[in-house]
Amino acid sequence: MTPAVEIHNLSKTYASGAEALKGIDLMIEPGDFFALLGPNGAGKSTTIGVLSSLVSKSEGVVRVFGRDLDTDRSWVKSQIGIVPQEFNFNQFEPVEEVVINQGGFYGMTRKAARARSDHLLQELGLWEKRKSMSRQLSGGMKRRLMIARALVHEPRLLILDEPTAGVDIELRRGMWQFLTDINEAGTTIILTTHYLEEAEQLCRNIAIINEGRIIENTNMRYLLDNLSQETFVLYCDQSVSSLPAVPAISARLTDVDVIEVDLAKEQSLSEVFEVLRGHGINVTRMKNKTNRLEELFLKLVKNSNEANQ
Amino acid sequence: MSPRIEHHVNAAVEQGLTIRQTFNAFNTLLIREVLRFGRIWMQTILPPMIMTSLYFIVFGHLIGPRVGEIDGVPYINYLVPGLILMAVITQSYANVVSSFYGAKFARHIEELLVSPMPHWLIILGYIAGGMARGLAVGAAVTVVAVFFAALDVHSIVDLLGVAILTSALFALGGLINAIYANSFDHITIVPTFILTPLTYLGGVFYSIHMLPPFWQQVSMFNPILYIINGFRYAMLGISDVPVYSTYVILIVSIVLLFGVTLRLFHRGIGMRG
Repeated sequence: MTPAVEIHNLSKTYASGAEALKGIDLMIEPGDFFALLGPNGAGKSTTIGVLSSLVSKSEGVVRVFGRDLDTDRSWVKSQIGIVPQEFNFNQFEPVEEVVINQGGFYGMTRKAARARSDHLLQELGLWEKRKSMSRQLSGGMKRRLMIARALVHEPRLLILDEPTAGVDIELRRGMWQFLTDINEAGTTIILTTHYLEEAEQLCRNIAIINEGRIIENTNMRYLLDNLSQETFVLYCDQSVSSLPAVPAISARLTDVDVIEVDLAKEQSLSEVFEVLRGHGINVTRMKNKTNRLEELFLKLVKNSNEANQ
Repeated sequence: MSPRIEHHVNAAVEQGLTIRQTFNAFNTLLIREVLRFGRIWMQTILPPMIMTSLYFIVFGHLIGPRVGEIDGVPYINYLVPGLILMAVITQSYANVVSSFYGAKFARHIEELLVSPMPHWLIILGYIAGGMARGLAVGAAVTVVAVFFAALDVHSIVDLLGVAILTSALFALGGLINAIYANSFDHITIVPTFILTPLTYLGGVFYSIHMLPPFWQQVSMFNPILYIINGFRYAMLGISDVPVYSTYVILIVSIVLLFGVTLRLFHRGIGMRG
């Protein structure tokens, strides 16, 4: 099957001399929900900029659904919808005009673009605001307007650059569901985000980029399964005066009835529960202290930085 | 166009957009530009009408009778072509420079740059928007002129030809200015320090035959002189320069500036990282 995105040896050096990308390779299968993660300034937005033709590459080959960006740029552009990090629509245009005009720029008739715009604005909860000036929308609504605009021409590849930044939890969950639905309907999605929980929830494959290089590119499940250590927080049914020792497991009291346990991959929580039960302590609730992907992400970036020094 | 020919032309024109889609995209950009200046008509259409009325009152009615006639035409009638074309020049330029720079500043130019619209089509869309405003204001100023002076049309073909080409040329000029501009100051420098002086010294208010020989020679280097005189010929049948020179200057300048603009787009100057 032809990959949705193939990137070979992609480099970008800006006029200032800053090397944003240092020869990255990436392959994204059609229908994938793909996370591109990295710290600030790692090269995520530059990669997306090259894919969407807003940044000129210095070197390398980029293919989208098998066609080369250099030779078939117009066709490639017609296959992509982009939701950038910054608001980049005309704030003095009515909401529906923003979406309809974008459809027109992709060659749609005004009638077809209006029908599609009506559908998307309803789906994304912007129908009541369709006649309002776009500057009057809240931050979350502006994000959804950019998603509607990116989808108006029904792209096969949707690129989302931090689409939920500044969006409240409830709205964010709604957007996750919307994105999951369009991915299940066949749209390939590339997502960059700082909310690693978001990437873990939504994405099947992941690449981590740091200082212009891909430092990890794998399946999300595989990555998380290989996490070497996790920290769990256990809430007990009574005060714990002294913490019972659990062989080979590091544990500590963080409150009178709260225990934190560091668990290696091969260890089991049932050993901890058994020891506690032996001392008459029952665990009523528990949670994973840190986001697993976040832990892994920080570790990989740290290792990469140390290797580069 | 037969379906067979259309198929071949479609394949040749663009790999991304068919001819119909190309037309839809152009139409969208043009409509957006027209709606933009239409929404703010109090800033775009009304001020040139008021300004022209003041010119007619001050130069036509108050000072004009003392000037008398130029080339056998009453001074107030002599002013009409220059004032109409001055509005066309400034408004075509202003529309594109403000719209394109505004799009760069607010980054919604990216809506066009990520779309499959080829660069030449984006340029044509902005030119058409600038022409629409220039010609709309030119028409509005002509209506104002009816209340102050007798309007003549010597050649309707030249009248439309010069007006259309002039609006296209100055819309292109505005686009180049906006591409290079990095601040709102930059979009006022060219109109203030180059365009306005060249227009005022381009024979809007006088014939160059009224100047001393040295300044007559200097004036011949001002391209706007040829354009205004071409339009004056179309309305009054009089001109300080041969009419063909108006068309030569307009057409050569449009071709040159279009080439320059296309190159700037291809290189992403002022638009792409």
